[in-house]
Amino acid sequence: MYAYDEIDRTLVNERVSEFRDQVKRRLSGELTEDEFKILRLQNGVYLQLHAYMFRVAIPYGTLATNQMRALAHVARKYDRGYGHFTTRQNIQFNWIKLAELPDALADLAKVGIHAMQTSGNNMRNVTSDQWAGVAPGEIEDPRIWSELIRQHTTLHPEFSFLPRKFKIAITASDHDRAAIRIHDIGLRLIKNERGETGFEVLVGGGLGRTPFIAKTIKHFVHGRDILSYIEAILRVYNQYGRRDNIYKARIKILVHELGIEKFSREVEDEWQQIRNSSLQLDDEMIEDIRSRFTYPAYEKLPHMPDELRQAAADPDFEAWRKNSVAPHKVQGYSIVTISLKPTGGPPGDATAEQMDALADLADKYSFGEIRVGHEQNLALPHVAKRDLPALWKALDKLGLATPNVNLITDIIACPGLDYCSLANARSIPIAQELTRRFANHELANLIGRLHINISGCINACGHHHVGHIGILGVEKNGEEVYQITIGGRADENAALGTLIGPGVKFDEVADVVEDIVEAYLALRERPEELFMDTVKRLGVEPFKERVYATR
Amino acid sequence: MTSPLEQKKIRIAGPSVVTANRTWDGIVVYRTAGKSWSAELSEAAIVRNSDEAKALLAEAVADDVGAIGPYIAPVQIGDDGKVLPGNLREQIRRTGVTIGQPAQI
Amino acid sequence: MPLVNGGKIVDDSFVKLAVDTPLPEGGDILVPAERFLGEADVLLKRSGKVGVIWPNNRDIAELVPYLGKIAAVALVFPTFRDGRAYSQARLLRERYDYRGELRATGQVLRDQFVFMLRAGFDAFEVKKQADAEAFMQTAKRYSVFYQPTGDGRITALHRRMQLRHSEGVGT
Repeated sequence: MYAYDEIDRTLVNERVSEFRDQVKRRLSGELTEDEFKILRLQNGVYLQLHAYMFRVAIPYGTLATNQMRALAHVARKYDRGYGHFTTRQNIQFNWIKLAELPDALADLAKVGIHAMQTSGNNMRNVTSDQWAGVAPGEIEDPRIWSELIRQHTTLHPEFSFLPRKFKIAITASDHDRAAIRIHDIGLRLIKNERGETGFEVLVGGGLGRTPFIAKTIKHFVHGRDILSYIEAILRVYNQYGRRDNIYKARIKILVHELGIEKFSREVEDEWQQIRNSSLQLDDEMIEDIRSRFTYPAYEKLPHMPDELRQAAADPDFEAWRKNSVAPHKVQGYSIVTISLKPTGGPPGDATAEQMDALADLADKYSFGEIRVGHEQNLALPHVAKRDLPALWKALDKLGLATPNVNLITDIIACPGLDYCSLANARSIPIAQELTRRFANHELANLIGRLHINISGCINACGHHHVGHIGILGVEKNGEEVYQITIGGRADENAALGTLIGPGVKFDEVADVVEDIVEAYLALRERPEELFMDTVKRLGVEPFKERVYATR
Repeated sequence: MTSPLEQKKIRIAGPSVVTANRTWDGIVVYRTAGKSWSAELSEAAIVRNSDEAKALLAEAVADDVGAIGPYIAPVQIGDDGKVLPGNLREQIRRTGVTIGQPAQI
Repeated sequence: MPLVNGGKIVDDSFVKLAVDTPLPEGGDILVPAERFLGEADVLLKRSGKVGVIWPNNRDIAELVPYLGKIAAVALVFPTFRDGRAYSQARLLRERYDYRGELRATGQVLRDQFVFMLRAGFDAFEVKKQADAEAFMQTAKRYSVFYQPTGDGRITALHRRMQLRHSEGVGT
């Protein structure tokens, strides 16, 4: 956990009082909506279909239990009793009143939570691997660097009015759980040949109307130089990024139009001028941030405790354990993913009661720490293996033990037309129907790892381009129509999916997905060949044939 | 921001209302004939041609403190004279999400 | 439009010239970049002070040869959402060591003041009277800053280092 000090607390409180003043001026008419819009966006407040939506940052996906309880409190007191965890390690509340927002922010500030830059054309929440600090084989805990970058980019005087939003994600593992290749800047922690810590820097990834996979701009930037290197990228982008067309304003378009070579030369020229400045981090500064991340006092525990051995006889427990429990870097401990994808439920939603109960469970079983991942699930990062059976029972009672992590019903979906003013079509009901179709665990397990991603418009908040099966809702002649892609992925081998054919109607989407899955089961060479590997081997044609043969 | 009045030529295909979200709490509201806002679609002023629509929208835009993001939305008038939303988006804005909200435990 | 300079509302001694306004005999003038670069020799020989209005899409490096000779640079915010002039301001102050008046013009509103001060602006053509009057109060809104700029305010990282050393807790 990162512990705020007085300096961090002061800044958050100053931000709350500034926003309180801004809301007051808006409600009195001193600020027009045109003037206020950017101010509320800089503090995570959107206008959606039914009400204002309030997005709260969960930097690098790490939450303490008192913070989780504060989120539950906000859901209960200021909203309708639930929240929605997003693909960027944020949580959204859907019914917040503008007049009450300053109070909600003040309540969150007490536990070191804020909503700064969760929207608007600035640096968004810095995201990371939800298993940071506990996954085996990491170079080092990426959250130390995430926090350094978070601080550096918070209320940045030069980069708070960029051409468009800007997202950074960091991973320190070979397996990328942070989807860094679809971010404006992706950072991969590595060591150079001298054993020094630094980053491979990728730039220009992003989805939306014009999707791009990020390209490597520099193979190694030393850790001490990372702030100046990011500053150089941002300065080039701030000056040259397009501002004439919102759809061409992201850095991916600038990188594409200039070409990565020219873009990287511009960045390099700028960087050489600023790298030996006060932006350079010395070891003591890094150590200071590092020292404020505390780690549990792990016990020395056996690899295979009796409790776990006994519970293995229960097939329901085993089904859950097999896809929810991952290896921890410390023997005797596990990382437990908590599925927020119950059958028939909206992906990523949690009630205030669930949040409170999870906080209690985290206190009891996970040293008071909870994580949020970009797949819209939660995790308990430090669970002793002997506690797994008891934890499972408790989660099951809360409706939080659906054994579907990484399976076909572990769907990523944007809020879609049920909430979002940008959406053209609904996403959540599609997800709900799919979770019902594939509710049979044996079937889901037989299918194996398969990610479905659903977006309700071209802005791609549901990351449909990188879903193994991607579903994009559009509107055609007043009707919802869905375009299906296959073969996308968001990990270290990130790729964009390929459209399989004409769009299909709302009622047909689940049937089409069933057809695709049946085709895969018939076509795969062996049970271990995952969906995405079959698509890679055979291309989209056989799937296309299957889907459209009878339509 | 371009004013909604300038965005494009206002043309309506059938009976329409002006809708927005109330500034202080964000709820869906409709412009009434009495130059104010109502949460009830049944109290909305109905416009039937482009000039009326433009005038009603202009009046709504002028009330920037009262409500935000006003725009013209289609409605259907039932045989009994009842006013209904004219498309799915407006239907959802009026009656809420089409999904169950997460079950309370 | 009130001008704030040195934290106070002041009279503006500068007169803005358009591209084709006849050059006045004396007095301080602010001249569009294009005209300034074309007539620099003539303009700089006049008795009054000369400043340049520099658009936010033109390389600020072009102005470098003149920085020692001009009294003011006015950077432009065509809308408050367009942040290019923040980069130009920092380059002028931090890279090119410009010490004259650095003025924010265009859509300059209260909620940008802190960013602008941190980027190096010291004069502000404020759009609204109430915002201009609230300048000092707004400028003091923040006491914590996470990033170093040319304004010399100490960053959180450096302050923590000072605290560590003064408290002797440097472990």
